[in-house]
Amino acid sequence: MISRTAILRLAAGAVGLGAVAGAGFLAYALHPAIAPIAPPAATSFSAESIERGRVLAAGGYCAECHTRRDGQPGIPLAGDYAMATPFGTIYSSNITPDAKTGIGTWSLAAFTRAMRYGVSRDGANLFPAFPFDHFTHMTDGDIADVYAFLMAQKPVSSVKRENTLPFPFSMRILQAGWKLLFLHPGAYTNDPAHDAQWNRGAYLAEGLSHCSACHTPRNAMGAEKASAPYDGAPVDNWIAPPLNATNPTPVTWTEDEFFQYLRYGVAPLHGSAAGPMSPVVHGGLSEMSESDVRAIAHYLANIDHADARQPGDAQHLATAMATSTRDLTTPQTADADARLYQGACAACHANTGTHPVLGRPELALNNALWLDEPTNLYQVILRGIGTEEGQDGITMPSFYHALTDTDLARLAAYLRRTRTTLPPWTDLEKKAAAVRATLPAPPVAASH
Amino acid sequence: MTSFRLNGHDISVDVPEDTPLLWVIRDEIGLTGTKFGCGIGMCGACTVHVGGRATRSCITPVSAVEGADITTIEGLDPAGTHPVQEAWKDLQVPQCGYCQSGQIMQAASLLKDFPQPTDEDIDAVMGGSLCRCMTYIRIRDAIKKAAAVTGGEPSNG
Repeated sequence: MISRTAILRLAAGAVGLGAVAGAGFLAYALHPAIAPIAPPAATSFSAESIERGRVLAAGGYCAECHTRRDGQPGIPLAGDYAMATPFGTIYSSNITPDAKTGIGTWSLAAFTRAMRYGVSRDGANLFPAFPFDHFTHMTDGDIADVYAFLMAQKPVSSVKRENTLPFPFSMRILQAGWKLLFLHPGAYTNDPAHDAQWNRGAYLAEGLSHCSACHTPRNAMGAEKASAPYDGAPVDNWIAPPLNATNPTPVTWTEDEFFQYLRYGVAPLHGSAAGPMSPVVHGGLSEMSESDVRAIAHYLANIDHADARQPGDAQHLATAMATSTRDLTTPQTADADARLYQGACAACHANTGTHPVLGRPELALNNALWLDEPTNLYQVILRGIGTEEGQDGITMPSFYHALTDTDLARLAAYLRRTRTTLPPWTDLEKKAAAVRATLPAPPVAASH
Repeated sequence: MTSFRLNGHDISVDVPEDTPLLWVIRDEIGLTGTKFGCGIGMCGACTVHVGGRATRSCITPVSAVEGADITTIEGLDPAGTHPVQEAWKDLQVPQCGYCQSGQIMQAASLLKDFPQPTDEDIDAVMGGSLCRCMTYIRIRDAIKKAAAVTGGEPSNG
């Protein structure tokens, strides 16, 4: 039996240890404010640095999350973008150089600390909705160029809405614990096992362009799961597909397929960049040099082991092409689902020959049909794809009013059954309604 | 305000961004060759070309064609003598005619993708373009006739 004294001693020891650990944590968690500066004149930066920063800011999609999209659309970089997280809504900050409401009083040192350690100029810990866990891997030079670009923009006075994070998630001090666990600060260092192109791709993909922020699932604390890099994850009511060898499409995502997709918005043997991926390509990577986009493609093709998987591609392509006109060439198929497909989809998606026609996406090859859930398929059918998304200059209509949830479920089941070798999706009608509920309704095309 | 090119002309329209492209073409611009059929993208009567690809305009919101290059039946050929239109006239394809501008636009696009289409190719792509007069047999013949002109056989000369 443990004596009362022993228990007291143990308890005292625990409190003592806790106090030491707590003091250590506070030392780690508390950051001094960095003195405000007078907003620097745009002319204090070289035109070259500003231009490099413009390209980098595009490749890091700064404006995507720092521009309000809901309600009254905001001015680029003036913040107030509503980011829904499992913990509550976070509104992004104004990163124009306005002294009062933006980052006008931030020195380069303050900006660099924010990018590398997720700490605001005033010393507060930033929420990791801001992907500083990626930006930390950028070089000092690249961070300075982004700073130059941002400080050279027109200041915009704009105050963001208040975050809706409930207690205790609203406590910024707790972010220090998150960082202790999940932030690995420091600029990227080259992996000598790989060549310069691979390392350039890794630098961009893991740092600036933060691919895994969407393509890696997150744990209960909202951090990327280290055990499942690039396994794919839900994002903004879409699915960011796996980018590793678990990607289920029949034809491999090779370097060239990645390059076509990231450079031009369409991978001929996989599909188009729609939804949240469209601005990544058209607003972001399209501003970067071809060699940088090629480097990212090279790196991603290595992550998904394209070389090892590629030998099966010719056979898988032939199989897909052979199924493309299934049920479409007989006078009248008895399958009502096939007739629905013929009426709504086949005019634009039926392919013959050995390769799909560019602009005639082959659904048997398409990412959306091979994922675990029909989410992306439903998104595309309901929303359509604008001329500025996906492949430049062409469009897919919105079937929001044309197809009921039952129709969507029938199409999804039919395509999964006839164009893939995977098990059927479940609860299709319910899931169709759920995706529809995330979208604003276009008008009914009434006769007139 | 949405801007695009229509039959080679720069167009800007000030309509709600979710207005169907078909309404803009017929009511705002006044080109009525493109027809309203089912209104749900299931019959093909409203087919136009967006970026050269056959597109059902009744369910395409105008905001989705910002910056696009659009062609309607009126702009397919300046003189109305596109090989598909010539074949249509030669074989007297239309009966009532209502679906025919959509059929012609879909067929012209088909021939760009598959210059020498088989019956199966034609059925697979044209199967979603409905004709209540059942002119399908003549449509198929006319597409083949046009293919003979546009795609052509390998020339010996």
